[in-house]
Amino acid sequence: MSGNGQQKKEADKKSPDAKAPKRQKVIALKPKERMKIPRHLPNEQDPMERITNFCEVSNGFNIDKAIAEANRCLECNDPVCMKACPVNVDIPAFIQLLYQGDYAGAIRKIRESNYLPAICGRVCPQENLCENSCIVGKKLEPLAIGKMERFLADYEANNGTFTPPPVAAPKGQKVAVVGSGPGGLTVAAELAQMGYGVTIFEALHEAGGVLKYGIPEFRLPKKIVDEEVERVKALGVKIETNVIIGRTLTIDELLGEMGYGAVYIGTGAGSPRFLNIPGENLSGVYSASELLTRINLMKAYKFPEFDTPMKIGRKVVVLGGGDVAMDAVRTSKRLGPEKALLLYRRSREEMPARLEEVHHAEEEGIEFHFLTNPLAIHGDENGWVKAIECQKMRLGEPDEKGRRRPIPIEGSNFTIETDTVVVAIGQSPNPIVQQTTPGLETTKWGTIVVDESGATSRPGIYAGGDISRGGATVIQAVADGKSASRSIDAYLTKIRSEKAGSEKSASKQSAT
Amino acid sequence: MKTEILAPTITKLTVEAPLVARKRKAGNFVIVRATPNGERIPLTIVDSDPDKGTIVIIVQAIGKTTHIITEMMEGEFLMDVVGPLGEPTPVSDFGTVVCIGGGVGTAVIYPIAKALKEAGNRVVSIIGARNRDLVILEDEMAAVSDELIVTTDDGSHGKKGFVTDALQEVITGQGKPDAVYAIGPLPMMRAVANVTREPEIRTWVSLNPIMMDGTGMCGACRVTVGNEMKFACVDGPEFDAHEVNFDELIARNRTYAGPEQEAFSAWKNRTETTDCKHL
Repeated sequence: MSGNGQQKKEADKKSPDAKAPKRQKVIALKPKERMKIPRHLPNEQDPMERITNFCEVSNGFNIDKAIAEANRCLECNDPVCMKACPVNVDIPAFIQLLYQGDYAGAIRKIRESNYLPAICGRVCPQENLCENSCIVGKKLEPLAIGKMERFLADYEANNGTFTPPPVAAPKGQKVAVVGSGPGGLTVAAELAQMGYGVTIFEALHEAGGVLKYGIPEFRLPKKIVDEEVERVKALGVKIETNVIIGRTLTIDELLGEMGYGAVYIGTGAGSPRFLNIPGENLSGVYSASELLTRINLMKAYKFPEFDTPMKIGRKVVVLGGGDVAMDAVRTSKRLGPEKALLLYRRSREEMPARLEEVHHAEEEGIEFHFLTNPLAIHGDENGWVKAIECQKMRLGEPDEKGRRRPIPIEGSNFTIETDTVVVAIGQSPNPIVQQTTPGLETTKWGTIVVDESGATSRPGIYAGGDISRGGATVIQAVADGKSASRSIDAYLTKIRSEKAGSEKSASKQSAT
Repeated sequence: MKTEILAPTITKLTVEAPLVARKRKAGNFVIVRATPNGERIPLTIVDSDPDKGTIVIIVQAIGKTTHIITEMMEGEFLMDVVGPLGEPTPVSDFGTVVCIGGGVGTAVIYPIAKALKEAGNRVVSIIGARNRDLVILEDEMAAVSDELIVTTDDGSHGKKGFVTDALQEVITGQGKPDAVYAIGPLPMMRAVANVTREPEIRTWVSLNPIMMDGTGMCGACRVTVGNEMKFACVDGPEFDAHEVNFDELIARNRTYAGPEQEAFSAWKNRTETTDCKHL
């Protein structure tokens, strides 16, 4: 074994391509011709139309566009796009299959690395990952990898051609997954395919986690989430909604009397942070989590057909500059106020939100007020918001993350009149599991401490996604879920072999 | 599910929820959704039977959801029940404790009075309602109290007056109790806090802010306690009465008053035209 490993290492040194056979080229066009094709754009709902509804902004690619886009791939020998993907989807391979018209093969290829393509094809920040590294992008616009992924997922769903991948023979061990967000769904899908009995426990009444309560319908329709959840269930995964781990059941009960061999914690970061400025508890001040949960999970935009209300006034001011702030302000806009504003204390360049969403927000008539810092919220005699007091900022030296620090400008205070304020400055990890699981090490920010394999301070307990990172992306949660699945498999395999070993020696003893 | 009408508009429901029943402690609540398109509302668990796997909730019909729940029939199902939520009531042997329940708040104070009694306290209970018909759990409260005082606003049952009047009398007549637990409408709890503030009697109240997920994720239930922001669903729902900013909470609880009224009217009008159960 070690000899082989040594040889392989040496071979790797000689030629980096030696481990993988050269990719066969299938695209007929010459590279020069491919480089002449401009990037295809999906049809999108007109901005003025879409602010009156909650339907998806982008309609995605049709077959013609998807195949035409596939023609742009250079079929690189050393595909950097694949390396840039946190789960290393074999992007050139799926593009080739798409080009050849093998849509079923193409989506299967993606699903080998990522079980949630309909979701990730929509909400993954491809422009910072695969598409950012695409070689075509050095000269032209990069390939629309995300849109092709989404096309394949939608094509499969629309034609009902999904068949679950093969599931290994049952291993006789159970795994509990806490939370049904992207990380939990991934762990469940991975381990179910390996032959483990998996149950997901979800605190809310519907599965999907942040994909359900957080990301708006117009970016990720809830039907898409439900379909993806069904595909996870098709592998034999059970989902128990309305069970709060830490309250209804504890991690120790799962590992003890309930007989689960391992637990994966993917409870996310959903606890809203506030600014600690005066007036934050006035009526008409919401956390982005409250606004988004009311609209997305509880469907308040369909009130009174759905019972949960949402009250948006004539003017909405959203505080923050991340993806959640963008979701909050665009959601607010669709609820029909006269104006929707976004206040951010740095400039457009420092905004952490996805560029595509900033662009969509601008198209939709969101007013951006940069270098603006909220100081206090003022209320009327009924305790309802009437104005927000702000201060102008300027940019100073870069901070430890390289973002330029905002510095207040003395005497620049001003007031914006408004009747609705949404605080979208970030979320903290959900605390219940940490508070109720003795011996589980956490950081001062409340995140769960894990090693690179996703293992926590307690044997058999793994964690990943926002609960260990504090605030990341859907695809990062998927990546964490994949690596944790591998370590859970290794952990349970070891337990199986130890058990088999002790049974063997026991039967030997009883035989003698 | 079993149902029992306690008073006009007030119904007691015994609901099958084995996992919740097993874990529930006094002071815990559940989040309930009645129908597929329904909202999530918090309801205190009044009692539980771990062996039978049931919990008891008491609901007063006020808005659409509570009307739907109180009109449910035996054998029907609630869409979703999740819990137990919140921190349990701090129960220990304080000595003499006054337990105050106002209106349907009596349903919430009952399990606390019971737990305090079991912990060895001398329990003096005061339950109040607008009139005789709305007095609930009188026998149950009597069974777990050393002394029970009933008040009604109109004097149709028990003493005429407010629970705070009765509390004042207890303090004057029997001396300072060691602790007070008060649960009822916010103005009542604020009034109790004002009575016990100066004599420095330790007082707990159970807050009922707007809530959605019940797990600390929406922040709708945030309240100011001792100048700090707390989430009632995970940090409470019980807090030191003298530290709570009641005025702010009363204002916040009015946030959705308009839409709630709209939903209720729409529902009421619909059922009155299509429901023929009175014919």
